[in-house]
Amino acid sequence: MGNIERRKLMDRVFVIVGLFALIAALAVLFALFADLVVQGAPRLDAGFLTSFASRKPAEAGILAAWVGTALIMLVTACVAMPLGVAAAIYLEEYAPKNGFTAIIEVNVTNLAGVPSIIYGLLALGLFVYRFNFGQSILAAGSTLALLILPIVIVATREAVRAVPRPIREAAYALGATRWEVTAHHVLPYSMGGVLTGMIIGLSRAIGETAPIITIGALSFIAFLPASPFTSEFPFLSFAWLKDPFTAMPIQMFNWVSRPDPDFRVNAAAAGAILLGMTLLMNGLAIWLRFRFRKRIYW
Amino acid sequence: MKSIPVLTAMAALAAGLALVPQDAAAQQTIKLDGSSTVFPISEAVAEEFQIARRGKVRVTVGISGTGGGFKKLCRGEIDIADASRPISKSEMEACARAGIQYIELPVAYDALTVAVNPKNTWVDTLTVAELKKMWEPAAQGAIRTWKQVNPQWPAQPLALFGPGADSGTFDYFTEAIVGKAKSSRGDFTASEDDNVLVQGVESDVNALAYFGYAYYAPNAAKMKAVKIVNSKGQAIAPSPRGVLDGSYEPLSRPIFIYVNKASAQRAEVKAFVEFYLSQGAPLVEEVKYVPLAKGAYEKALANFRAGKAGTAFGGRNEVGLTVEELLAREANF
Repeated sequence: MGNIERRKLMDRVFVIVGLFALIAALAVLFALFADLVVQGAPRLDAGFLTSFASRKPAEAGILAAWVGTALIMLVTACVAMPLGVAAAIYLEEYAPKNGFTAIIEVNVTNLAGVPSIIYGLLALGLFVYRFNFGQSILAAGSTLALLILPIVIVATREAVRAVPRPIREAAYALGATRWEVTAHHVLPYSMGGVLTGMIIGLSRAIGETAPIITIGALSFIAFLPASPFTSEFPFLSFAWLKDPFTAMPIQMFNWVSRPDPDFRVNAAAAGAILLGMTLLMNGLAIWLRFRFRKRIYW
Repeated sequence: MKSIPVLTAMAALAAGLALVPQDAAAQQTIKLDGSSTVFPISEAVAEEFQIARRGKVRVTVGISGTGGGFKKLCRGEIDIADASRPISKSEMEACARAGIQYIELPVAYDALTVAVNPKNTWVDTLTVAELKKMWEPAAQGAIRTWKQVNPQWPAQPLALFGPGADSGTFDYFTEAIVGKAKSSRGDFTASEDDNVLVQGVESDVNALAYFGYAYYAPNAAKMKAVKIVNSKGQAIAPSPRGVLDGSYEPLSRPIFIYVNKASAQRAEVKAFVEFYLSQGAPLVEEVKYVPLAKGAYEKALANFRAGKAGTAFGGRNEVGLTVEELLAREANF
């Protein structure tokens, strides 16, 4: 009898401990966000998003910073997604299971723990100077793509592994090749997990400061990169990739270290918007996962 | 199934990146980089210049420190380096090796400010000797209380705050006070972010810190600027007037831009530098630095137009030099 009482008590105790842990984690995030919003409130308006940095705190905005961040994230996604997904599928579906692939697997996981400044230094030598990308959006996006590659690979492998074995076997039984099994079944079914991994990676990349400072993010830019759309054939331009850039964390860092205390209001407002951008991306991940799940019939 | 075209499109876009023309965006961009002390001035000038040119010329300003700026200048990556101290011997050599010539132009003064907490009742004035006693390397671990610096002061702990060793402010202060650049005690609270120093002085009665005047001016209500006894024996508080008439010494210093001489041939760079020197003074004041005397800007402009390359310092940081003196000097390489 006493034993059952004790076991039930433990059960209730864990519920309370778990709830407390959850509240503690959420409260910190909420307090941080609320603090930023309250501090930044005077500057949080449409003008803040549509004006460039300025020496006057009340007129300074984050146009160049948020456009820069958005374009860098686009490049990061375009580089990390094909590379990461292809690498993960190769490891999971094609690679022979031997000592060599085991070493690769351990190293991919380890790469996720490498400090981001190391990626910045690598990229400075490789992208900025060797490949001659210059201090550009392309170099920044490629750097952050390298940074999140391990996250994308690990997430994709998990998602691919979660596709039940019988699905593959059924397809093979009907004469499908390995590529057909992967392209028609495994990849579509695991797309939700792949996209979740991608977005988690991008959410990490969006706040990174160290690597993009290393490769030469600028502190003051009062113009936008070249437009990706043109009026002449072929209507798309990639000139923006080579443009100099700034990004949200850089702009915040600059404002926090300025002498005029009014700039700290701007930094708080920019912080709130950066957190908002991250929340938006995470929301997108949840929505995408939901949509892809709906189309799986097994 | 739909995901395959999406992936293919992304791969195609990634491949497209490789086809980007190499310097599609290089023309009509003026690149500045360097000291965070000079940044507010260069930013203000860049902002106004781009408004005046209606966005036809693009100006970018980075912050990589005075040393970082000179490195980039000597590699030919930027047009103008922002510098809070003169170019050093090794930097001059690096530029010479790369065949890069530069024009040294003073653009403003900064008054290094020594500040204490407003509740500090015992210090109003400090001599260079007292500051040296606090900051010299021999003070490390030895000078721990105010009383040790001056017996009339209380035996309270001395809490020192100063910029980190990569800062041009640190270089200048140690040169002016201790007599040798970068020669300082190591056991003080150092931060590359001057706002940390400001907060230190605001919160600790026993604190003493030094930083640029621009960090003192907006926080003047929350701290007390110490008067510094100059070589004539007068105790002078940091102020734009004291800097301009030369009485606030030895802690006032000129700050510079270094223009790549080859870049200065380009019309837009030439126009930008002329704008900097002719319209810069009110902007300098607005961001809480001290503009040079009017004649000094004209002389600097004349030097620039004449293409007078090199430095007036010979790789050494000299203390107490007026801008007029250094503009008149023959330049070295």
